[in-house]
Amino acid sequence: MSTITIALDNTQIQRTPSHTASIYLKEAKYEFLKNLRLRVYTASVLSFPIMFYVLFGLVLNSKQAIGSTGVATYLIATYGTFGVMGASLFGTAAGLASDRGLGWLQVKRASPMPPFAYFAAKVVTSMIFSAIIVLALFTLGITLGGVKMPVADFARLMATLVAGSLPFSAMGLALGYFTGPNSAPATINLIYLPMSFCSGLWVPFIFLPKMVRQIALVLPPYHLSQLALGVVGAGTHESNVTHWEVLLGFTMICLGAARIGFQRDQGKLYG
Amino acid sequence: MIATLERAERVQRSGANAIVASLERVNKNYGNVRALLEVDFQVRAGEVVALLGPNGAGKTTAVKLLLGLMQPNSGRARVFGGDPTNPENRMRTGAMLQVGRVPETLQVGEHIDLFSSYYTKPMAAGEVLAVAGLEKLRDRKFGDLSGGQRQRVLFALAICGDPDLIFLDEPTAGLDVEARRMLWDEIRRMVGRGKTVLLTTHYLQEADALADRVAVINQGEIIAEGTPAEIKMKTAGKRIRCITSLRVNAIRQIRGVTEVKEDREAVEIHGVEAEAIVRELLARDTNLTGLEITSAGLEEAFLALTANAAREGDFKREELA
Repeated sequence: MSTITIALDNTQIQRTPSHTASIYLKEAKYEFLKNLRLRVYTASVLSFPIMFYVLFGLVLNSKQAIGSTGVATYLIATYGTFGVMGASLFGTAAGLASDRGLGWLQVKRASPMPPFAYFAAKVVTSMIFSAIIVLALFTLGITLGGVKMPVADFARLMATLVAGSLPFSAMGLALGYFTGPNSAPATINLIYLPMSFCSGLWVPFIFLPKMVRQIALVLPPYHLSQLALGVVGAGTHESNVTHWEVLLGFTMICLGAARIGFQRDQGKLYG
Repeated sequence: MIATLERAERVQRSGANAIVASLERVNKNYGNVRALLEVDFQVRAGEVVALLGPNGAGKTTAVKLLLGLMQPNSGRARVFGGDPTNPENRMRTGAMLQVGRVPETLQVGEHIDLFSSYYTKPMAAGEVLAVAGLEKLRDRKFGDLSGGQRQRVLFALAICGDPDLIFLDEPTAGLDVEARRMLWDEIRRMVGRGKTVLLTTHYLQEADALADRVAVINQGEIIAEGTPAEIKMKTAGKRIRCITSLRVNAIRQIRGVTEVKEDREAVEIHGVEAEAIVRELLARDTNLTGLEITSAGLEEAFLALTANAAREGDFKREELA
């Protein structure tokens, strides 16, 4: 219909699947490097769970047991959950809120970057940091805390905790869309720390007051920690299916919220 | 159909190249705040166009619409004849935007490596570094760079995909004279490679130095368009300075006068045809002294243009009231 033929030479601008895959890889690689070099991130996200574990699991209570599980083993599951949650929330929400609020995400959106690569990189990076934290806790527990565990259990615990990064990454994406660059870290802490306490990540669940234990039933970190504790024989009575279902539902709700934020940004000044 | 034919005609008549980016009767509001009003604007292949205007004039909004980062309330933005959000179109464009914070822990070379990977036919990394003057800074973290160096990295990210169309939103905002000139040289180098460039600026000198064509935008409306020389011609071409007993209001009524300012004991008059104005001044005030006539720079032209537009707006508002 158009009478002007504009020089539209669109050949050779379609990406091959392997090119797209290489973009996803590169995006994840640089997201990981970016966070690894960010002292605020590594200091808070890596050192807190490790420090707590050393203090409460190795120095203070190492000879005690909770039920039939030694404290040093028990706390790998709970501080592991705590670490995974922190790495995932800070890895997604803080970066996204800052990128959105301060214009960097617009530069990315204006480029031909596949939009999903940006989010995938954040989620993958959160999972890698989660794995690093769990591995560090294992190494400390085995070498200094006398933790003994069959290799299969070790692998199951690792897989459970790293998969557990997903619900919190989803939550982080939602938070990143509904907080500003300055308010994001404070908002994360406001959710992360009380939630960790109420879910029994600091004080073992059975020692918590009854009221707190009832609140815990609706908190995702409770369900992830129970899955992890189940591997080391210290879980409570709910079935694993229930725990997974809660985490899956929570993930879907968070992704839905993040999607609303993503679409809302389209019409705004920033995004 | 008629609109398309009209446009085709215009392209042929001007003998110009194809339109690669356009805003067609675009309106854009942020809540109650008007950002763009009925803006019609085109960029043709191979052109360097400057969108010139004060802060808050709507320049950045225009660029963001053309990049598909936001949608107009009415009208449409087109790039290469299609929707700016098409992945194919994004592949052919590069953008330098105003950014509050860029990831600071990544190195210059890493930023360029990542952005180059998005494109199918990127420039070689070494070439990007050379064009943007960043060879010695490749391994430096972004957070350790100076303001001028940071802008050059953002420029490098805009050009690394070897795009046909480059958007530069206030590329030299906040830079000192030397850093600005350096970036100008780099932009000229890209223009030399046959790229189409749309840049926004509130530095008049910048528009004059880089652009083939200037569109002056104020309060969301394009109020003048032409070559830098035409813009100067079109507006207060001369500046007249003299000491006179005539009242400012009386001078304003002289034909051709666009602006009058009191400047210590003298008055400064901007006008189109200096000769006619001076004849009239001398006729009205025989004791006039200290007469000076200078050619107005683009700066004055611009001020006169935007001031005129604002004054007309005021008149309209008064009429309404």
